[in-house]
Amino acid sequence: MTAYLIRRVLQSIVVLIGVSIIGFILEHLLPGGPAKALLGNRATPLAIKTFNHQNGFDKPLVTQYFVYMGHLIQGNLGYSYKLNQPVSQVLAREVPKSVLLVGSALVFSVIIAIPVGIFQAVRRNGIFDYAATSISFLLYSMPSFWLGLILIIAFAVNTHLFPAQAPQGSTIGQILAHPSGLVLPVLTLTLVSFASFSRYMRSSAIDALAQDWIRTAKAKGLSQRAILFKHMLRNALIPIATLIGLSLPSLITAGVVTESVFNFPGTGLDFVTAATTEDFALLLGIIILVGVLTVIGNLLADIAYAVLDPRVRYR
Amino acid sequence: MSEIEDLRAPSTPGQEAEILVDKGVPAGGEAFETGSQFKLILQTFLENKLAVVGLGLVFAAVLFCFLGPIFYHTNQVTTTYNINLPPGKGHPLGTDQNGYDVLGRLMLGGQSSLEIGFSVAIIATMFGVAWGAVAGFLGGIVDTVMMRIVDAFLAIPTLLLLIYLASVFRPTLKLLIIVIAGVSWLSPARLVRGEALSLRVRDYVKAVRVMGGGSRRIVARHIVPNAIGTIVVNATFQVADAILVMAVLSYLGLGLPPPAANWGGMLSDGVNYVYAGYWWLIYPAGFAIILTVVAFNLIGDAIRDSLEVRLQRR
Repeated sequence: MTAYLIRRVLQSIVVLIGVSIIGFILEHLLPGGPAKALLGNRATPLAIKTFNHQNGFDKPLVTQYFVYMGHLIQGNLGYSYKLNQPVSQVLAREVPKSVLLVGSALVFSVIIAIPVGIFQAVRRNGIFDYAATSISFLLYSMPSFWLGLILIIAFAVNTHLFPAQAPQGSTIGQILAHPSGLVLPVLTLTLVSFASFSRYMRSSAIDALAQDWIRTAKAKGLSQRAILFKHMLRNALIPIATLIGLSLPSLITAGVVTESVFNFPGTGLDFVTAATTEDFALLLGIIILVGVLTVIGNLLADIAYAVLDPRVRYR
Repeated sequence: MSEIEDLRAPSTPGQEAEILVDKGVPAGGEAFETGSQFKLILQTFLENKLAVVGLGLVFAAVLFCFLGPIFYHTNQVTTTYNINLPPGKGHPLGTDQNGYDVLGRLMLGGQSSLEIGFSVAIIATMFGVAWGAVAGFLGGIVDTVMMRIVDAFLAIPTLLLLIYLASVFRPTLKLLIIVIAGVSWLSPARLVRGEALSLRVRDYVKAVRVMGGGSRRIVARHIVPNAIGTIVVNATFQVADAILVMAVLSYLGLGLPPPAANWGGMLSDGVNYVYAGYWWLIYPAGFAIILTVVAFNLIGDAIRDSLEVRLQRR
């Protein structure tokens, strides 16, 4: 187990370094370099030279990378001149709100997907199974912003049940003060992730049901309920633990889209706004943050898998 | 796009490597040499009704987008005053905010959506296959370095990378294709590398080497053909993903600039009229995307199922 842990952690560190290199390359992809991106096309050569000198962009690339890396380790993600704030400060304000949105959708979708997937597996090829499979198939073939639009049309425009716009506010408290505005964004994200979770839960439950110990339990004369909840569920849940870690990037992607559909004031909306206002420092800051979160999420998922399923440790 | 990729993994996550090993390949040499096996796969594919539906939908979409404009002439160039007309005489699906006929625009928009989908799938698959086959075949330190690069790129969600690149470079059709392909080659690379790892130790690969066959021959003639099933399935999903990601980019206003049409861009314009109840600006383009994506997903699923059947019947 320890050897596995050490190997996995080292691997993650290498990947993190890779992420930082990608961030560094992305920064230098800017046409004319960061100076031109910031000072604009009409910047005089002198202004560019001064900017480059002040910010160390005239040093050799390798030196620049290590300076950049040093900043990253200290949590310095650069400075957003558009918002006139350090990127880390912007993120500290925005990330909790996005975590609230994505986190609650994650919880809801898992809570719904587990029973649905199990029921599908137990009544395989029944009407419910086909219906649930079709719905999840349709949901993941749907652009998530379109799903959001349809929900807005159905629940906000036609029936006025819920507002079409997410609550506005700069803190979690202000957001939570208007829970009705959260319904549609959370519902959109829940449906999107439900599509994948229920399919996984179904196949995982089918795998578990085919195992020998289930047959043994049946032979012992255990009730269907005891078999399902005591023997099958625990084994079928193992892959879900991993899946939650692995689905982090897709959840974040869907979050970005959902936030811009419902004008939810979070990191995703910031990202899209930053793309249209060419706030490259903020864009890169968010990309690095998401990259780091994903790597950590994958690491935790693998560790959880190893803890839950002893067979993995000896691979 | 990673948003949906997870869903289609053959079975439970965390066991990918084992599954790839288990899957096995014909031990007899270069795959698909005998016609009968291919026929068997084709047969199981056609037995799958959903797959036939998917194939039919794709054909219909291609005909609609590329042949449709020949029979259904519309003005998609100059704006008119007939804006936001509801469906009716002369405009079966109404007109949009520039006075363009929506049905005609669907055809035009579909062309670029399909072109992007197919081109991305082809480019990303070729590059990914080459990358994965080389990494898996060479193994050792080369494999480690190459796969950590893939891991690092996978850590950053495709859409975020695309949004960044689209905001840095002003998008053109070609550039968008290259950029989307540039972030889509990761999953074929991983899949093929997994296959290559298990294939390179097979007897027939060793036999080729004994007979003096070079590495290039082994990779191109033995490893890639044996992994072809996985590759084709993944390529099908790539088409669907590229269409979706393109729609999202256009929706966010980072797609192709105005004169060009595509389904996502049509939706992005229609959003402004949600409250006005102009449903013909929201539903047709949305259903076009969904139908096309569902069709490619059905085909991909069916090919994978028929490959598995092939393995079961052996």
